[in-house]
Amino acid sequence: MMNRGHYEYLDDVATADVAFRATGATLEDVFVACADATLEVMLPDPDTLENRVKRRITISAENEEMLLFNFLGEIIFLKDAEQLLLRVQSMEVSGGRIQAECAGDKIDAEKYVLGVDVKAVTMYKYHVRRTPAGWQAQVVLDI
Amino acid sequence: MTIPKELQRISEACWMLPPAYKDGMLVPALIYGTERLINEMENGVFEQVSNVATLPGIVRAAFCMPDGHWGYGFPIGGVAAFDAEDGVISPGGIGFDINCGMRLVTTNLRERDVKPRIEELINQLYRRVPAGVGGKGLLKTSHGEFRRLVEQGARWCVERGYGWEEDLELTEHRGCLEGADSKDVSDKAVQRGHNQVGTLGSGNHYLEIQVVREKNIYDRDAAEVMGITMPDQVVVMFHCGSRGFGHQVATGYLRKFLGVMTSKYGIPIRDRELACAPVNSPEGSAYFSAMKCAVNMAFANRQVILHRIREVFADVFGSRAEDLGMHQVYDVSHNTAKIETHEVNGEKRKLLVHRKGATRAFAPGMEDVPAAYKRIGQPVIIGGSMETGSYLLVGRETGAETFFSTCHGSGRVMSRRAAKRTFRGEKILQDMRNRGIYVRAVSMPGLAEEAGGAYKDVDDVVLATEVAGLTRRVVRFEPIGNVKG
Repeated sequence: MMNRGHYEYLDDVATADVAFRATGATLEDVFVACADATLEVMLPDPDTLENRVKRRITISAENEEMLLFNFLGEIIFLKDAEQLLLRVQSMEVSGGRIQAECAGDKIDAEKYVLGVDVKAVTMYKYHVRRTPAGWQAQVVLDI
Repeated sequence: MTIPKELQRISEACWMLPPAYKDGMLVPALIYGTERLINEMENGVFEQVSNVATLPGIVRAAFCMPDGHWGYGFPIGGVAAFDAEDGVISPGGIGFDINCGMRLVTTNLRERDVKPRIEELINQLYRRVPAGVGGKGLLKTSHGEFRRLVEQGARWCVERGYGWEEDLELTEHRGCLEGADSKDVSDKAVQRGHNQVGTLGSGNHYLEIQVVREKNIYDRDAAEVMGITMPDQVVVMFHCGSRGFGHQVATGYLRKFLGVMTSKYGIPIRDRELACAPVNSPEGSAYFSAMKCAVNMAFANRQVILHRIREVFADVFGSRAEDLGMHQVYDVSHNTAKIETHEVNGEKRKLLVHRKGATRAFAPGMEDVPAAYKRIGQPVIIGGSMETGSYLLVGRETGAETFFSTCHGSGRVMSRRAAKRTFRGEKILQDMRNRGIYVRAVSMPGLAEEAGGAYKDVDDVVLATEVAGLTRRVVRFEPIGNVKG
């Protein structure tokens, strides 16, 4: 079982949208936690998600911030383009590249208790930074 | 909430932060609202509206409407105009949901005709107008056809039988912004949005059946011009935008702008969500064209939804939509940037007006106000929270200060997380049913986030626009049925 970082939603940033902060020992942990936090907005009980479809997501970018921005953007893209809700099964970050194995299921309002749609990752108060304990990311999602 | 001590009241419903408030402010920030609304605003509103006032080429002031609240980049309720030649364009001044907007349709039915069929109507609308996370429409378009759709807007739909010719006359810009070239749109945006035409989305998007009460008609003459002619008349109002297509367009160009804003154009970045580029730069003009495609997608989306609504009413009442008097009143956008001509210091200037969670409200006689409404002014459709009520307003001459802009809804006061902790979707559903409002919602947590108590008082907000001279109230509507994403 891979490590998943920790995340908490923040009340005091952007009233109309959803903000969260994720922490973890490694960049992978934090990125996975951010993907989990994004999924939970759309699927309030993420543990109910069945692994029926697999997707590999590969992202390249110039720095950690753009890697995460593009990675979350891809998950949101697949939610509309392929009607998929996904969870990360494993991830490797190295040399400016994310390789993630994801699994999940087609969106189905009969089968799942759905939350609200995520439109986009915003750049408002967005950061990915090193901390003494590892890494931290803060994200505001547009709802 | 902490109101900045520099905030000065300059008239009954207008407050100012002077340029001295923050380094780099080129113009003052003007915030509209009654004392109560201003006191309800989060600190983030003052921070964000003053950040907007630092953007290059901003003209007159950075504005925030009475429903203003803390967003990303611009505050929600933000309005800013830039010189159309030398100014900038900013995706964060428009929002990810490009051309999110409102459409209003009349019927010749009364509450007593509709009430007995309300469950059937709402259940059918729920099926025919898909809502919620993801959301795939019933209309299928190939990628190539979708590219034509985003260049042509609502006309694409009407030419294929999704609506009436008169609908175009009664849509802002006749449902199509010119200069939308789909070569400026990524394949990803097309892949994401091509199957979502005719869908509501979620969050604060909804479709509502509403009633006009005699006591809620403020201007009988203007109401009659807009087809509101009898007591207890039923209307249909809905709120949605350009769906995943617009979100992807905005995301792609935000990334592009961040890469060139400082390095190529020397504009300092205060908040990356305020990324911008000169409007006439290659990046700026490509985004403007792609944004117009997203504007057109939203007009097409609302056009197809209108068509579905007419189909459902025709089916339930066994009568043609024409015979049910299902005329579109108007369609307004509240997340856009558009080139408009306004008078600044006695001189007519071409400006790029950004409105994010703010509605254009042109005065009587102005260009682009449909012939039918030239005398009364442009209709402005304001969606309140689903539990309270909504409004139809009109633009007026005294709105010139804000480049003829007004509020767009009631505006949130409580965060989504706090609303979910405070309210329960199932209870709201039951309470609303007890009050005679039949609701179908895709998401119970989503319903809790949209509770009436999470919003400002819509009556206060529209009254503030009236006191400030931005718009005038014509009719207030009360909900009797609602489809919620």
